[in-house]
Formats: sequence, structure tokens, C-alpha cells
Amino acid sequence: MDFHTLLLVTVGAILVNNVVLSRILGICPFLGVSKKIETALGMSGAVVFVMTLASFVTALFNRFLIATKFKVNGQEIDLSFTRILLFIVVIAALVQIVEIIMKKFTPSLYVALGIYLPLITTNCAVLGAAEMNADEGRSILASTLFGFSTGAGFGLALLLFASLRERLAASRTPKAMEGPAIALVTAGILALAFMGFSGLVK
Amino acid sequence: MLTVLISTIVLAIVGLALGLLIGFAAKKFDVEVDPRVESVQELLPGANCGGCGYAGCADFASAIIHQNADPSNCNSVSSEALKKIGLIAGHEITVRERKVAVVFCSGSYSHTSHHEEYNGIMDCRSASLVGDGDKECHYGCLGYGSCARVCKSGAIEIRDRLAFVHPELCIGCGRCTQVCPRKLIRLVPITAKVHIYCSSLNKPLKKRASCMNPCLACKKCARTDSSAVVIQPNLLQINYSNPPAPDFPERVKCPTGVLATAEQHLKLELLPANCTCGKETKKK
Repeated sequence: MDFHTLLLVTVGAILVNNVVLSRILGICPFLGVSKKIETALGMSGAVVFVMTLASFVTALFNRFLIATKFKVNGQEIDLSFTRILLFIVVIAALVQIVEIIMKKFTPSLYVALGIYLPLITTNCAVLGAAEMNADEGRSILASTLFGFSTGAGFGLALLLFASLRERLAASRTPKAMEGPAIALVTAGILALAFMGFSGLVK
Repeated sequence: MLTVLISTIVLAIVGLALGLLIGFAAKKFDVEVDPRVESVQELLPGANCGGCGYAGCADFASAIIHQNADPSNCNSVSSEALKKIGLIAGHEITVRERKVAVVFCSGSYSHTSHHEEYNGIMDCRSASLVGDGDKECHYGCLGYGSCARVCKSGAIEIRDRLAFVHPELCIGCGRCTQVCPRKLIRLVPITAKVHIYCSSLNKPLKKRASCMNPCLACKKCARTDSSAVVIQPNLLQINYSNPPAPDFPERVKCPTGVLATAEQHLKLELLPANCTCGKETKKK
């Protein structure tokens, strides 16, 4: 695994194939916690953390459990169809355990991440990152890096969107467009802007 | 068939292992929580309004137990709950009177005269910086809803550019009193049902020129019951240490209708301008 590939994975995940704006995953927190920059920061931090960890652990499971072909009575067993099920269970359990440990040893971090940590337990963006890793057949290192970059891309999109929405809140919006309506239109335009990166990585 | 069986077994084993792991972690890394904090938190209203000065009801509950915070700092907790909290925390509880916010202004947009149009950010704090707002009265409600936006219980309604607090919804946290650039909102005891909805300290003549429902300091209410109001130079106020009964407005018949109960105050804004006392002097 050379440096060049890793760089491509990072840039691709943050800018070109941004998890929110071009893959349209994780829209719920994207719209839900983007009203204030503060909460958006908290959410981004939690997502980066969980995604990195989840990508690493699911890559381990993928490598040593799902991708391994083992034989029973001379018949080859392919477990790859249980991947989504397994990943959901693993991610949910992982976040729970991390939360318990964090509460014990780093209470300040636990308070800072607060409600966001359990919220993203079943976030589709986290599962999406794990699935993409498995689809692409990435190594464990590349998977972890991809998880981190995808989380960072999510954070970038969320922060951009939150700062836009803070400006929007103070400006005049037509009655029919107030609230989620104008937010969705803004998200669309932001996604269009991110399309400009699409030639960057082949 | 074998694949189905094997995959079911694998998933079951993984699930079981993870479940055991979580259970083990929960036991091993258990953090002892004071059970009193939880029971205090249940008694608090749970609105997380921040009126007590803490980040939320959970934070306040732990401050009550661990830092001897005064539970009566919460404005919206009932007196029975306050007593129970006192029993749990072992504090002396002084029961405080519940308060609600009142916006002391009757100058809706159609009842006031204005100078220039304001086209900036739709926020009172911003509007008060630009040319002192668009309503002529320097003391009037700007009506851009800064107070309504900070209100966690949704008790403030903006009607015709005038803020109005619904007392049955208000929990008395006092956030709106801090955000109002004109300081028109004050917390008053909930037992007071009648208010004089004006804050203007201008001379009566000037008030008549800019508003149809000002307090003109005619002292008619003071003549009806001198203990019910406090007389000040250009503005009368309800005596909140001895608030008058809700039928006080009927007895007084305030010429501008500014002395009113909350319900009457709401109606005043809904009716077409039928008060003539300010009209002649309005637009010259």
C-alpha cells in the first residue's frame, strides 16, 4: 500500500465522493443538527471518531470472518450475504462499548460528545463507509483511513451547511420556504458545488 | 440449506459474544451515579430552559446534590416538587412565588405611528441599533420576535409586530427578559392578572402622538383604588406586592384600554382601532 493510493483514498472520500453531498448518506443528522455551528462541531467530532473505529473493526470482521471461505463437509460456505447484518450488530455493539468505557475514563469527552454518540450508532453513513470498504476490497489500513476521511468529509459538509443555515436564519425567507424547505434547497446547491470536484480523482 | 444453518449459527455466536462483551464492559466499567440525582431530575420540569443558570435539568439536578445549588432557582418547578426535592437533597427550601413574563407594551404596528421602513435583519437587537427601530415610540416593542425565538416553551406570540406572552404557557425562565433590547419584558408574580401594558416614560402628549394605547397617566385607576397602582411621573404601574383582582379593569374603564388582563390585552390587538383618544393628534 503506497502513499499515492492512500492519498487518493483520502481526497476521494473527503471531496470527490463526499458521503453526504454526492452519496446522499447520513441526511438525517445533516439536516437535524445543522442549525448551529456548535452542535455541528460536536456531531462532526463524534462521526469522525465512530466512523474511524467502525471502519477498522468491520474491516477486521470482513477480512477474518466474511471474506474467508471455509469448508464444511466438503461444501464451501460463503457468508458474504450476512455482511450488512453483521456490520450493523458490530457497529452498534462497538459504539455501546466505547460509550461505556468513555464514561468511565474520560467523562469530559463523554459529556462533550453527549447525545451524538448513541445517535450515530445506527447512522447509515457509518454503515455505508463499512460497506464501501468491503465492496472495494480495501486493506485494513486503507479501510481505517477511508473511514476517517469519510467522517472528515461528513464534518466538512455539516460545518459548511451549518454556517449557511446560521446566515439563513437571520435573513428574510419567503413564508413557504422557511425552515426545512430552504435548507433542502441549500443542500442541493451545496451538492452541486461539490460536483465541481468530480474530475479530481479518477 | 447448510449455508443458511451455518450463517445463522455464526450470526448468533457473534451476537451472543458482543452481547456478553457489552454486559461485561457495563459491569467492569460501571460508573456509580448518585441515585438522588436521578430522583431530583425526575421532579424537575425537564424543559431544559436554562433559567437556573445551568446547562439543563440534568446538570441542575447534579448541582443540587453535589454543589448545594438552591432548587428554587428553577422558576417552573411546582412547590410540591420543590418540597420533595428538599427532602431528597436535605436542603432548606424557601418556596418562591412563581413568576411569568409580561411584555409591557400595547403598541402593535397598526396602533402606532412610525418613521422609516426597516429592511435589515429581522431581529429586535439589530433593529434597535438602526435608527432606533421603525416605531416612533422609543420605549415600544419592536416586534421582530427576538424574545419569541429564545423562548423554549413557545409562550410568546408576535401579533401585528407586538410581542405577547401567553401566561399559561410561560415557565418564567426569564430568557426573554435578557434578550429584549428595550427591556420591556419583566417577570411578575403569577397571581397578578392585571397589568398596565405600557413602558413609555414620554410626556402624555408625545405618547398620544405615537400610539393609540399608551398609559396617559390620567390616574383614573389610582382614583378607583389607590393601593392597586404605583404612581410615577408619566407612567403608572400595577403594585405587584398587592396585585388587584381580575375585575379591576371593568371597575376602572381605562380610557386607552392599556390597563387590562391578559385576555383583554389580546382582544385589544384584534379589534379594529376603535379608540379615538389618540387619533386626532396622530398624523398631523
